[in-house]
Amino acid sequence: MISDWTLWLEWLIKSLVMIFALLGGFIFLTYFERRALARMQTRIGPNRAGPFGLFQPFADAIKLIFKEEFTPIHADKIVFFLAPILTVVPSLIIAAVIPIAPTTELFGRTISFAVADINVGILYLMSIASISVYGIVLAGWSSNNKYAMLGGLRSSAQMISYELALGFCFVMVILLGNSMSLNEIVVAQKDMWFAVIQPTGAILFFIVVLAEVNRAPFDMPEAEQELTAGFHSEYSGMKFSLFFMAEYQKMIVVSMITAVLFFGGYRELWFMTDWFNGALSVDRFWFLGPVYLLIKVVILLFVMIWTRATWPRIRYDRLMSFGWKVLLPLSLALVFITAVGIVLADVLKSVLYFWSIPVVSIMLGLFAVAVVQWSLRSKFHGRS
Amino acid sequence: MLEYVAIALMIVVSTFVALSAIGMGELLGPKKKSKAKDVPYESGMLPYGEGTRRIPVRFYLIAVLFILFDIEVIFFLPWAVVFRQLRIFGLIEMAVFIGILLVGYAYAWKKGALEWE
Repeated sequence: MISDWTLWLEWLIKSLVMIFALLGGFIFLTYFERRALARMQTRIGPNRAGPFGLFQPFADAIKLIFKEEFTPIHADKIVFFLAPILTVVPSLIIAAVIPIAPTTELFGRTISFAVADINVGILYLMSIASISVYGIVLAGWSSNNKYAMLGGLRSSAQMISYELALGFCFVMVILLGNSMSLNEIVVAQKDMWFAVIQPTGAILFFIVVLAEVNRAPFDMPEAEQELTAGFHSEYSGMKFSLFFMAEYQKMIVVSMITAVLFFGGYRELWFMTDWFNGALSVDRFWFLGPVYLLIKVVILLFVMIWTRATWPRIRYDRLMSFGWKVLLPLSLALVFITAVGIVLADVLKSVLYFWSIPVVSIMLGLFAVAVVQWSLRSKFHGRS
Repeated sequence: MLEYVAIALMIVVSTFVALSAIGMGELLGPKKKSKAKDVPYESGMLPYGEGTRRIPVRFYLIAVLFILFDIEVIFFLPWAVVFRQLRIFGLIEMAVFIGILLVGYAYAWKKGALEWE
């Protein structure tokens, strides 16, 4: 089996397609972000290079290639060199388990449209998400720069704190989908998205992944005003652009993961399956899968950019207490609510109890918002 | 197990992409050494002392708490997979587990381990 060269060819093609899709996505995401931010701030944004400024990312890339690379004095040379690679590789390989279309018969063989459709997909996502902390910490540590050091430390503390809530969100999805394989989770959302069954969980997951990829309003590790870009302030040229690449690829990948776990992945909207005799369904045309996934990812990416344009960066102590005191207990409670709902529906043989999950979780989410609001208010009035 | 070979292949390919990006920069970028360029950037001030200095102890505390709770999250994963077979037994088991977990959590909160001031 392993000596079958067509299998190797299939793997190579799938991983190349995934990697170059992410690289291309990164290139146009930088453009998309700058244009969208400019619109929201009533500016024009890049519009000179090519039609609508579409060639701007290529101009940036060419500029970065021709920049000098330097290593600060007393820096740990090997770690300094390895850190950008350690950051960018996890951001690429985390996409290996994400299915982009249903498993199909093609060229006389069964092809699953994920680089590796493993049965512990969610465990894989969790482990690779943890590994991506290393690159950032090592970059901060090896630079021999106090700002970089602080940025790396902050980033690691933030990422591991939010990883707990992330883990509980994964547990929620496994409970609902009854499997750890991402393909089976997508198939389980055939009748209903998990975002509808567990709306608070979906919002929570989105907040947590924003913190995981260090995006605004949780971009403390690279706070420009205090830390001059944090962990990558000593990097220049292509090494810097690798960090930049990793950040944007992580944005794309976590949007894909959010779409797969809560918004039906490559499947169409659940009520669209029967429209036009199933002409819009991925069961009939597998190639619609990537299109649906792309639409969902673009919408989620837009929400991320929108968030960046709207919210100011939150203070570091509040960020940590938000993670530990609000998100962790809230996600634990949501897991418990999901489990109770499933058992009730199962034991009492009534789907009605299953729908207590969204109702109770929305109520709990509103309660959490009220508690946060109240505690911030009382602090504010206490100080003045 | 064969799928993991595909992941290994993807790791190799993406490492190659990263290395070739750095290599391109090293090859095409200019190289003009100077003393001022080698100094770490600290907003124009001359840096004094080591760059990697002592770390506030809170970070260690967060790390220890993380290890504790993350292992508990990992225990949740297999439980969630077989939950529909265990049904009410699994629910009660997990309620006991969460109860013990919450005692530790409340203790950490009470002791001020979650404060960042």
